[in-house]
Amino acid sequence: MKQDNQFPQWEVFLQTKNGGPYEHQGTVHAADKKMALQNARDLYTRRNEGRSIWVVPTECIVASTKEMEEEFFDPAQDKIYRTPNFYKMPKGTKNL
Amino acid sequence: MTEEEKAIQFQQRIDAGEKIEPRDWMPDDYKQTLFRQISQHAHSEIIGMQPEGNWLLRAPSLRAKKILMAKIQDEAGHGLYLYSAAETFGIDRTEMIAMLHSGKAKYSSIFNYPALTWADMGAIGWLVDGAAIVNQTMLAKCSYGPYARAMVRICKEEGFHQRQGYEIIANMSAGTREQKEMAQDALNRWWEPSLMMFGPHDADSPHTHNSMKWKIKVESNDTLRQRFIDRTVEQAHHIGLTIPDKNLKYNKETMHWETSPINWDEFWNVVKGNGPCNHQRLNHHKKYHQEGQWVRDCARAFEEKLKSESAAIKSN
Repeated sequence: MKQDNQFPQWEVFLQTKNGGPYEHQGTVHAADKKMALQNARDLYTRRNEGRSIWVVPTECIVASTKEMEEEFFDPAQDKIYRTPNFYKMPKGTKNL
Repeated sequence: MTEEEKAIQFQQRIDAGEKIEPRDWMPDDYKQTLFRQISQHAHSEIIGMQPEGNWLLRAPSLRAKKILMAKIQDEAGHGLYLYSAAETFGIDRTEMIAMLHSGKAKYSSIFNYPALTWADMGAIGWLVDGAAIVNQTMLAKCSYGPYARAMVRICKEEGFHQRQGYEIIANMSAGTREQKEMAQDALNRWWEPSLMMFGPHDADSPHTHNSMKWKIKVESNDTLRQRFIDRTVEQAHHIGLTIPDKNLKYNKETMHWETSPINWDEFWNVVKGNGPCNHQRLNHHKKYHQEGQWVRDCARAFEEKLKSESAAIKSN
């Protein structure tokens, strides 16, 4: 039995600085976890761009869609009292 | 919402400068145009390794060899970024490679010309990568998110490709008489094919209208070609080389360099598969793809072994 496929797809996330967020870079194909990490290193850090990598099987990613955007994020839209500038401070208040 | 309403809303998003993401609704033609373009771009990067690979073991110094190796590795990487972007349309890389092998998918015709001397390594970096950078800088503003992001990354990395090429050509131009002749000869052979890289004139380009409407392209073939000509003519003169075009002249009013008409018969002939290296390039790719099958089989067998081992541990 010969299967000429390119192995499962993995999503690659890269941390560029210590303490920074892991940001999505793209994908790699790999047969297993170790190969996925090595391929991601070879493909996305040829110029020392990162210091830590996550790889996640593509099929495990769940994403919201453009179509559901409005309804989905609606609950947060009318709650400006969640931001500091909503509140009026007495004149002359300091350090607040 | 009807398909028509969706199409109107889609165009409004494009006009507002929004980026389209893989799970968003998009017209079938938009999807098909992009898939064709991105997969062709990916294949070009991969096939583009061949003319340079030809010179890897004959590089004139260790420095030159390391640089050439890094450039070829970048091209492999760029091909993979682009396959990754094309796969967002739900078509697997295996299928794309099958389309390349069957001739259904194309790659840039520039790679169907042979790299005859070391000066060609200079000319390819300076002219071919130079033309690619002009095109790709524009594509980094493309409306399709995954393609635009891949382009940003590729443009960043390709800066060195063009500079290393110009360095080779400049050094040879300042060298012995034979070296300078070799540099001039490479420019003579690569000049017109480089101009053709931007594709047919706007009036003869079947995809331009829709591509501009959808912001897949934000500038036309002729605009990009002229930008490349203006930059390159001056770079050639700067190192004492002559552009191989008797009709080349500077137009003071438009502030552009004017060139002879391009030989489009030659262009279409190479696109149709009759260039000097079409068969060689494709056969090489097929051969090594087939010969690499055992590596993929081994990796798959190893993955199966890992799976059955971890299943055995769980059941104990």
